[in-house]
Amino acid sequence: MTDTAETLPETMADASDGANQLRQIPAGVWCAAPIGLLLLAGFLAPLIMVVLFSFMPRGTFSPFGVPTLENYVDIFTQKFYISFGWSLFLALISTAILMVVSYPLAVAIRRAAPRRALVLTILIVAPLFVAENIRLQGWVLFLDKAGVLDGSVKALTGFEIGSLVTNVPAIVFGIVYVYLPFMLFPMIMGLANVPPDVKEAASDLGASRWQMFRDIELPLAAPGLLIGGLLCFVISLGAFSEAKFLGKGVVVTIAQDIESAFTFGQNWPRGSALSALVIILAGAAVYLAMRRLDLEKMLGRAS
Amino acid sequence: MTSDRTLLGDRLLRSYVIFVIIVFYVPMLAVALASISRSRFFVFPIRRTSWKWYNDTFASLQIKEAALTSITIAFFVAILSVALALAGALAYARYDWKGKRVYQQLLLVPIFFPQSVLGLALQIWFSSIGVQMTWTATVFAHLVWIAPIVTLIIAIQAFGYDASIEEAAMDLGASRWQVFRDITLPLLGPGIFSGFLFAVLLSWGNFPLSYFTSGASVTIPEWLYGKMIGGYTPMVPAVGFLSVIAGAIVLIVGLTINNRLQRR
Repeated sequence: MTDTAETLPETMADASDGANQLRQIPAGVWCAAPIGLLLLAGFLAPLIMVVLFSFMPRGTFSPFGVPTLENYVDIFTQKFYISFGWSLFLALISTAILMVVSYPLAVAIRRAAPRRALVLTILIVAPLFVAENIRLQGWVLFLDKAGVLDGSVKALTGFEIGSLVTNVPAIVFGIVYVYLPFMLFPMIMGLANVPPDVKEAASDLGASRWQMFRDIELPLAAPGLLIGGLLCFVISLGAFSEAKFLGKGVVVTIAQDIESAFTFGQNWPRGSALSALVIILAGAAVYLAMRRLDLEKMLGRAS
Repeated sequence: MTSDRTLLGDRLLRSYVIFVIIVFYVPMLAVALASISRSRFFVFPIRRTSWKWYNDTFASLQIKEAALTSITIAFFVAILSVALALAGALAYARYDWKGKRVYQQLLLVPIFFPQSVLGLALQIWFSSIGVQMTWTATVFAHLVWIAPIVTLIIAIQAFGYDASIEEAAMDLGASRWQVFRDITLPLLGPGIFSGFLFAVLLSWGNFPLSYFTSGASVTIPEWLYGKMIGGYTPMVPAVGFLSVIAGAIVLIVGLTINNRLQRR
């Protein structure tokens, strides 16, 4: 966003200097401008508005009152930090599991012949196009008491599993299921940075599989792992439907608290203060990711 | 011995991939099963099957309207995001300019953001500046998330092509517009098409952004959410499965066309 802020005044200044100067604006700036404006009006401005609201007195609907810190104090005195803690915990544990679950998949897709890799990729991407709540409802129908799993086991063995939902592991499972592609694809891009001949050389020199993994594959693939991990961490901080459907209310996540503050509570400043916490955390994670990343190299290689 | 171990490793890896893919489609199967069960509450094994819930679905005006809203939103999101992303991708991959690196990174930020929180922020923003929240607000909300994704998809294609062809055409006296129409556009064609396909499907399946910004308009995922919260009816899996089928058809037709484009 700072970028558009940087280039926009330039654009305006140039425009006032006449058409001749206009032509000197690099084509890249012209091309970046429309989407830059969209993100300015649809991403930066709303987030600034939320931060402004978070400093307003309780229950007000205007962002231009006398600033106060009471909403942030409320987060701690009224135990909203519990839902924040749950979201943090769910996001961290899901991200850790996602890394372990996705790694072998990424290796397999990387090794597969191009045609097969494409088929696998499509099979994994396709569920993303089905609304999250349909897929989660599907899991409830599968895992709940008298659902597909319980019903089949009972019909076959007479043994009852009962309900496997309404608990924290079910929520973690839901998050891992929904966000797997977001971990997988950065990982595949990361693995693209591991040249096969380096591994071959190491193998010829007598490195074990584990040594090759630890000393060669992992460090070279690290940027991809990092970006996938941070991406999953950040988006699963907003987990909402997973807790609602698979958890059926055993835990309340921060996104649910934010929603109820804005809707039932009609307390925009409180919802905004809670959102601001998420924004800060997401911002920190993204900053970390961006510092370590050469996008040009990653995307250029993926093509 | 090493080759034996490698073989075993490969087999394990292959079984693991197959297992994950199957798990990926389990919920769709469960939804399909629940949609043809006659009883009001889903019990497996199914005692009596029936098409009743599908008949109810097709008879429902509410669902018809929700489907129309979803399709309209997806259409506009796809057109607009491709237009924005085409320019955005050229700035991303094709041209060199000051601030490009920062632009490349900032474009990722909306993708790297919890959608539920973005949806709520947009809701507050729209109400504060007095924008009426209907499906047009949802188109805007979807664009904030989808246009950057489409930009990346087209940018990957743009990284892959040889810019010297454009320069050669310029040297031979082609105008900027001619170069764009006759060289850039056809070369980026497959990327543009994939981007369009992604945009349609991501918009069709989106829930959090629609939920917070659509006001009185209801999309299919929102309709489903309302029913899931308000009390289960077997129309939920019926509508859910139809939505899956619709997405699958678009994807398959799209991939077939894409395949032809790539081959050309």
